[in-house]
Amino acid sequence: MATGLTLKELSKKEELLTHGHRMCAGCGAPIAVKMVLLATDYPVIAANATGCLEVSTCISEYTAWKIPWIHTAFENAAATISGVETMFRSLKKQGKIDGNVKFMAFGGDGGTYDIGLQSLSGAMERGHDMLYVCYDNGAYMNTGIQRSSATPMGADTTTCPAGSIIPGKPQKRKNLTKIMAAHNIPFSAQASPSHWTDLMKKVKKAHEIKGPKFLNIIAPCNRGWRSKTNDAIMLSRLAVNTCYWPLYEIEDGVTKITYTPKEKKPLVDFMKPQGRFKHLFAPENAELMKILQEQVDSDWEKLKRESECG
Amino acid sequence: MKLKGWKDLTPGSVILEGGNAVQFKTGSWRAFRPVWKKENCIHCLFCWIYCPDMAVNVKDGKMMDFNYDYCKGCGICALECPGKKGQTAIEMVEEGK
Repeated sequence: MATGLTLKELSKKEELLTHGHRMCAGCGAPIAVKMVLLATDYPVIAANATGCLEVSTCISEYTAWKIPWIHTAFENAAATISGVETMFRSLKKQGKIDGNVKFMAFGGDGGTYDIGLQSLSGAMERGHDMLYVCYDNGAYMNTGIQRSSATPMGADTTTCPAGSIIPGKPQKRKNLTKIMAAHNIPFSAQASPSHWTDLMKKVKKAHEIKGPKFLNIIAPCNRGWRSKTNDAIMLSRLAVNTCYWPLYEIEDGVTKITYTPKEKKPLVDFMKPQGRFKHLFAPENAELMKILQEQVDSDWEKLKRESECG
Repeated sequence: MKLKGWKDLTPGSVILEGGNAVQFKTGSWRAFRPVWKKENCIHCLFCWIYCPDMAVNVKDGKMMDFNYDYCKGCGICALECPGKKGQTAIEMVEEGK
């Protein structure tokens, strides 16, 4: 492979997120972060919004990060890293610092889709040279599985519990990758840890582009998704192959699908192993299941059309 | 471990040593242990890239062993292992057995 993206080569690199972090066994987020950092060949400074990743990788006197890393509150990871990036530019102008440093922010879906959206939107609009990485596990997992605007429709969470009143979350999820692209930023993409080459290519591409970039990565959470501890990669692969989480990028307004599943699987394959969708398999929710499949189908068709139009 | 007083802490509780989480061993969380069967290993390194705990030791592009000090026993490696001729190279074994 000409890209240097072989596991053999990558395994020789230093891992910038160390073991000893206290994310749950089988969590998808550290896998995503590790891949992002492995694909980064520059010195990097990161800010981290409050969330599972932030609290579990930096407890009290321990940090699992080997890069300069700043903890920020839930709502301002993008604002914090914009400040750092601006300071770096200023110091460079004054001749006090030199080098090519990349700026990144990490946030979960709560800190990105919901609470941190205003600061993220601001940073993207101001055009800071940064890459914002969202690991999307589809709810506030850290505080006990409360719904977020990234929670899929029909999922059972503690704040939209499935029962006789509602069959899980009644609303559709937000498409943040497209909202970010609508900021007219140079690069906005979606990736999955199961397709690591695709993920790393996107990170590498993003680092070479000047300006604000956004990368949305699916990160299965076995506690919140009510699945097994060993299926984070399997589920993220199914999310891609059912087209629930299509892999695509929007570069300068041009949409490109980066991976088309050989055989598009039915959405139930993705939902079946997850306890948060268990209630949807009851006969009374058959209609909702049909609607969910139709939504995925129509979103995928729409994306394909956008990709063809360029 | 004796807890530090406020005078012992750095201003703003800044951690000066990056990656010092390695001092905190998470291996005791494990209920199932991955066991490597060398003869079935094709050194694809899927276990290494998919491990959420960086608990797979690789040297010169070859799988060496598991780092049981940190492995939490999630079993992703065993599920993703393609093995050789349908024979898996990683098996999950219950701890204490």
